[in-house]
Amino acid sequence: MSFVSVSNVWKKYNNRSIIERVNVDILEGEFISIVGASGCGKSTFLRMLLAEETPSRGEIRIDGGAPAKEPNQERGVVFQKYSVFPHLSVRENLIAGEGFVTPFGKLFGTKRRVAVARADEMLERIGLNHVADQFPAALSGGMQQRLAIGQAMSARPRILLLDEPFGALDPGTRIQMHDFLMELRDETNMTVFMVTHDLQEGFKLGDRVLVFDKPRWDPHDPGMYGATITYDFDARDGGIPFQMKEETDVSE
Amino acid sequence: MRLINHIPNRAGGLFLAALPFIAVLIAYSVASDIRLSANPQDKLLPAPSTILSTAERLFTEPDRRSKDILLWKDTFASLARLVGGVSISAAISLALGLAIGLFPYARSFMSGFVSVLSMVPPLALLPILFIVFGLGETSKVVLIVIGITPFMTRDLSQRVLDIPREQIVKAQTLGASSLVIAWRVALPQILPRLISNIRLSLGSAWLFLIAAEAVASNVGLGYRIFLVRRYLAMDVILTYVIWITALAFVIDWLLKTLSRKSFPWMEAGL
Repeated sequence: MSFVSVSNVWKKYNNRSIIERVNVDILEGEFISIVGASGCGKSTFLRMLLAEETPSRGEIRIDGGAPAKEPNQERGVVFQKYSVFPHLSVRENLIAGEGFVTPFGKLFGTKRRVAVARADEMLERIGLNHVADQFPAALSGGMQQRLAIGQAMSARPRILLLDEPFGALDPGTRIQMHDFLMELRDETNMTVFMVTHDLQEGFKLGDRVLVFDKPRWDPHDPGMYGATITYDFDARDGGIPFQMKEETDVSE
Repeated sequence: MRLINHIPNRAGGLFLAALPFIAVLIAYSVASDIRLSANPQDKLLPAPSTILSTAERLFTEPDRRSKDILLWKDTFASLARLVGGVSISAAISLALGLAIGLFPYARSFMSGFVSVLSMVPPLALLPILFIVFGLGETSKVVLIVIGITPFMTRDLSQRVLDIPREQIVKAQTLGASSLVIAWRVALPQILPRLISNIRLSLGSAWLFLIAAEAVASNVGLGYRIFLVRRYLAMDVILTYVIWITALAFVIDWLLKTLSRKSFPWMEAGL
């Protein structure tokens, strides 16, 4: 039934609670937007989904599997920046998505030829075939993020995690990236988690919008209680009950 | 306009760059002239023309006894020691730097030790090296290795730690093992740093080389300088000093060019 299950997850650093009592079940193919004020633990939650950090209590399972202790191939990730390898050309970055699994991290012979063909296919799809042999530093911010998404997808993850992927892009590029991401998602029906601080972006792209906030607040000790999911909106079909006039709002 | 906004044009920049060299040359010529006019036998500041003719002799005329051109023999001996020592240091510091930077266990185990080791004054160890490794080539190479490896290791391990966490996590989500991350993610990114590191360490490497050669050797640039010092042969010493400077400059330039040619992705980021 539920594809990703998060049950009673807490995260504490020393004695400061960051996140407490998070329970949520995600279906396969859902696009989850995670929003909230800064410092409310949404990035911590994403890092736990990524298994870069483990919960202090509770567990996160993908498809009923054992809770992961370190990042693995089930999870694809795109960060705001530094997501691609600066020393590899655009094409090599995509091939790395397949080649890093091997003992030497490199493909040879027929396998490499197949991977190159697949990488070129992906380059076509993400619209970067004209810069295949350039290095990421020569690419614009939007192109770098497209490459990062393509690279994450080429490793065929079960879930795709996006940590403010469009935060550093200008508004026009951001809207192009939205279209690109939605197209890619329609093709692959990938389960996606996206952390964003842009509410409209969250509602526009997401099927569900999870809001992180602190339900309890101790004025004498603000670090006492952690944040949890305070709202779980259904954002499908234009976000009923939330109505968004997309064309006018987003272009602001 | 503020001083920080005054920029020399191309010709002016070249002139300014040449000025200190010309100034030193003129100052030396004048000083040498004053001393030589007071006492033509003075050996302390030989005339530039004397240095030039000495240099010509040193570079072309073989030694009467051994039939070798000593300057070239010294050069090859010294360069072999230098290249040997620096290469060994580079290899060790690369391996240690990667291990310390990537593996928390190696970091706990090694980084404190390397920090303390880098505080040991290498020249103070020279007598021990001569006792342990004898007066041959080994002790000289080992002095260079001991002298520059800890510093290079510290810098390279810091550079590995500076690789954005995001990249390391990303590599893990692509299924890379620790060794693949070291080999395919970290190593290529610190190689340019290794070269700039070698460039910085070469100054110290020369220092240790010449010190070791001065104390005990029978061939080498440093050995020759300290040998002819006994006869106050300033023209020979100055020729050797200028020659060593030229060698150091050429090696530095070669490394810089190699770095630029080998790592095009660095340039794209500039």
